[in-house]
Amino acid sequence: MSVATSDVNFSDEQMLGFYRDMLRIRRIEERIGDDAKAGNIPGAVHLYIGQEAVGVGFCSQLTDDDWIASTHRGHGHYLAKGGDSKLLMAEIYGRETGMCKGHGGSMHVADFSKGIIGANGIVGAGISIITGAAWAAQMDGKGAVGVAFFGDGAANQGVLCEALNVAVLWKLPVIFVCENNGFSEFSPSSTVTAGNIVDRAKPYGAAHETVDGNDLIAVHQCAARAIKHARAGNGPSLIEARTYRQRGHVEAEASFLGSKYRSDEEVAEWIGRDPITAFARRVIDAGQASQADLDQIEAEIAGEVTEAVQFAEGSPYPDPAMQGTNYMFA
Amino acid sequence: MAKKRMIQAINEALDGEMAKDPKVVVFGEDVEISLFGDTRGLKDRHGAHRVRNMPISETVMSGMAVGAAAAGYKVVCHMMFGNFMYTGFDSIANQASKLRYMTAGQIALPIVYMGVFGGGRSAAAQHSDAMHPMIMNLGGIKVALPATPSDAMGLLRSAIHDPNPVMFLQAAGRGGEQGEVPEGDHVIELGKASTVQEGDDVTVVAIGAMVRPAMRAAQELAKSGIGVDLIDPRTVVPLDSEMIFGSVRKTGRLVVVDEARDMCSAASHIAAICADQCFDALKAPIRRVTVPDVALPYSPPLEKALLPNVASISDAVRRLLGKAATEGA
Repeated sequence: MSVATSDVNFSDEQMLGFYRDMLRIRRIEERIGDDAKAGNIPGAVHLYIGQEAVGVGFCSQLTDDDWIASTHRGHGHYLAKGGDSKLLMAEIYGRETGMCKGHGGSMHVADFSKGIIGANGIVGAGISIITGAAWAAQMDGKGAVGVAFFGDGAANQGVLCEALNVAVLWKLPVIFVCENNGFSEFSPSSTVTAGNIVDRAKPYGAAHETVDGNDLIAVHQCAARAIKHARAGNGPSLIEARTYRQRGHVEAEASFLGSKYRSDEEVAEWIGRDPITAFARRVIDAGQASQADLDQIEAEIAGEVTEAVQFAEGSPYPDPAMQGTNYMFA
Repeated sequence: MAKKRMIQAINEALDGEMAKDPKVVVFGEDVEISLFGDTRGLKDRHGAHRVRNMPISETVMSGMAVGAAAAGYKVVCHMMFGNFMYTGFDSIANQASKLRYMTAGQIALPIVYMGVFGGGRSAAAQHSDAMHPMIMNLGGIKVALPATPSDAMGLLRSAIHDPNPVMFLQAAGRGGEQGEVPEGDHVIELGKASTVQEGDDVTVVAIGAMVRPAMRAAQELAKSGIGVDLIDPRTVVPLDSEMIFGSVRKTGRLVVVDEARDMCSAASHIAAICADQCFDALKAPIRRVTVPDVALPYSPPLEKALLPNVASISDAVRRLLGKAATEGA
């Protein structure tokens, strides 16, 4: 996709906002990871740590009227799109006060009022759902867009081809964002994925772009182009954001995996390219913020994390006597 | 009342609801030209943006229905044949059926998945499944199987506006069948069975396309003095179990006729709940007239031999009464 690169010209406030949004996801998820390992969380959790720049780069340019569909690794997208951390934490804890009243859990957090169609336990499922939401947005005619976040593993589901085909034909305002984090669950991408994922847009004539998914500014600019393209009625884009899953496929996986599927050196190398650390350095080097500014954000987020956990822990479990066909047939 | 063909009744229901509510949209395989005629003419009347042909891409199609419904539309997703829903089954089984529940009812999800189902037309194994039992087991999707033009119109109208996904299954080869359809906004609530005819000797519950042969069997049995209480559930989710129980308590005998394969069929479910709830009223074992656990064959004599028909239904009823008479003596 040949589009002019706009100049980087973010205010100090905007830059600190990006930093805050990424760090908020990081710290909340670190706590979720710790709680999962401590046995305080009933189900599996899949963390977004290392990929925050992608979710924030896109969602910071979306409104509540735009739709996103996410993945089993979906806390980051939920938070980046404006999801409430207390309701998220209570949901993951399986409590009545959770976003889905404990019925969904980590893999199904959703807030339709904010355009968050939800995380999804089925790899690739959000691709078709967002295509339908984008069709709805097109019919509404108000310029809203749909963004599907999915991983490199999901790119190997046939639905991506089906969705690209119909989205190009119908000129749907949709952006397919493949977060290539290097792993398809426990299989390195190179062992399960042929060619470049972004190239899969080419035969359909869809706009496409590869971006450094660990560079917030690069993602933001790429997202701006794709969102503009969609809002203008020019159809879909496929974006491949190259990033890295710093954590395992699922927390506590070391306890049941018999062997390693990646080296410690590789993980260390990517942690050295951490998106949040790099962004902090960039902000300070550019004189847009001081370390004290960042420390203050850190402290504020620590407070939010503590509050969210206290809210979750202090909330009751849903009453089994009240379940049955609740929420099913209204 | 006016006489209408089944397919015309479906077409008029779609047309009427699209005219009334701009949020109703229809998309699917060949909906513009319309293989069966049920969506024919809708594009001309309601516009190309609301009636859209899809590529043969069931996987994305069934999921698009979920996304568009979540985003505020009332979506009719025409998947042509019931069997093709298997290709798009993730979004039916994992998404549509569960999204409202998983998210604690945050949204309505008004989707009608339409398809032709069942055998009788030499469509062979991959175009003839009666797959309603599989959907019944999902928990989260309503299932309507109209047997008459009137029911087709009334049930479809309800299905379009229901906040839950609904599977609307049209019996293969019954589109041309005529029946009286009430004028005006004729609506039938999902979950209300109908008593096709009353009788005191045996309850016959017949599902979808099986209602017609069951009706003929009942007429034939009447000549032998056997009174059949014939019930058409019209929807198997929700199932009007109370009406069925009431009839079984009255007659003490039950035959269930279902075009599905026997194992875990709607018939076996209805038999199970009646055994559970009406055991003390039963004068005889419950009988199921279903399809053997094989795929439907192509050749007409082979297919005909497997599907329930007037003779097999009458026979099941007669044997049931015969056995009951012997036991009672």
